[in-house]
Amino acid sequence: MTGGQGPESDRIYDVIIVGGGAAGLTAGLYASRAKMDALLLEKSVWGGQIAFTGLVENYPGFPDGAMGPDLAIWMYEQATKQGLQTLSTEVTGIELRGQIRVVQTIDGDFLAKAVVVASGGEHRKLGVPGEEEYAARGVSNCAVCDGAFFRGEIVAVIGGGDAAIDEGLYLTRLAKQVLVIHRRDQLRASPVLQERAFATPNMSFIWNSVVEEVLGDTNQVTGIRVRNVKTNEPSVLDVTGVFIYIGFDPAAAILGDLVEQDEHGYIRVTDLMATNVPGVFAAGDIRVNSLRQLVSAAGDGCVAGLSAYKYVTEEFKDGEEGAAVAATRSASSAAQ
Amino acid sequence: MAKPSAVETSTFEAEVLKAEVPVLVDFWAEWCGPCKMIAPLLDQLADEYEGKVRFTKVDVDAYPELANRYGVRAIPTLLIFRDGTVATQVVGAQPKTTLKRHIEAILQGA
Repeated sequence: MTGGQGPESDRIYDVIIVGGGAAGLTAGLYASRAKMDALLLEKSVWGGQIAFTGLVENYPGFPDGAMGPDLAIWMYEQATKQGLQTLSTEVTGIELRGQIRVVQTIDGDFLAKAVVVASGGEHRKLGVPGEEEYAARGVSNCAVCDGAFFRGEIVAVIGGGDAAIDEGLYLTRLAKQVLVIHRRDQLRASPVLQERAFATPNMSFIWNSVVEEVLGDTNQVTGIRVRNVKTNEPSVLDVTGVFIYIGFDPAAAILGDLVEQDEHGYIRVTDLMATNVPGVFAAGDIRVNSLRQLVSAAGDGCVAGLSAYKYVTEEFKDGEEGAAVAATRSASSAAQ
Repeated sequence: MAKPSAVETSTFEAEVLKAEVPVLVDFWAEWCGPCKMIAPLLDQLADEYEGKVRFTKVDVDAYPELANRYGVRAIPTLLIFRDGTVATQVVGAQPKTTLKRHIEAILQGA
């Protein structure tokens, strides 16, 4: 999974991209095609969320849709073929050292002239007892990955948005029955998904209800305890799988207070994907007002990659790393 | 070049539970994209820890009873066994350094 000879911590990359989803891979593709020395860091799976998705029907160019994991691999291969270097590691922080941006990871520090933060988001957790304990033992965020373990069983999907219904519909092909638990009395999912959901005989809906506990036998999930928010009536549902799709939170903790964020932690950017810190760009689901679509993430990545290119060529005109480091010393006060 | 060896229900006891060294078991399946993404990392680690940790893999489609016995309902899941019991569970695709930390902790008897 690591690219080529492995990245070097003493070299100054033109750009380091944090996050290997659609936004990061597209930024890497454009940066590499612009002949930038580009390194992409990803802590889990190439492709990000699409690696955990089924059929993608709204990415242009694929009249019959394309499987998310296939798109993920293709995007990765396309970017690395153009020279993008990659490393499987976890980023722990980003800081400024004059004109140089330092990306801290569990494998040491990496230096760059510019950084694109495309670390996306994380599935919001229910925050109820049993959820952590039964992770991968019946609690899941990925129907496509884990659905096969629930053939012929009864599973619950928590949430009422696009992700919940899309993944729920996928599960109806494997599970005997899919119970959609939603805290409101109507779905938020797009009309086309709602239509399909209501026409699917083995998908049923438990409205106005929240999960209060995931129950299990210490080995696996055996049920959930839910409460109707209108009547306060509790009940126990016998399910063996709990698929949670109640939203996303930005994975911006690595930034600390380096760049401006909104009250939810999404990064504020200009239309060129620039943050308020020169040489630090953000793209995809982590930015304010992201549409959280594959195509918009890719679009963001394109803009961020090209903006980083423009920034690096303008700010580091002589192109020599030695000179850049020297410039760093004198420019350290001007950089912020 | 050490490589993870495939284990099945009939060989699990001898290969995993009765092993002299800690054993990492990679629960995987052919259709699992993230499993394929971590496979090269496990190959590298199998090499690096040759003689210290045994690396094995279980195809959950072929041997669902093994997945079921250990409550594995998501893949990739890595279980590290020591003296016949599960000492560590690692869920999902993780960086090599993270996997190494789990292995080192087991080797140091944590």
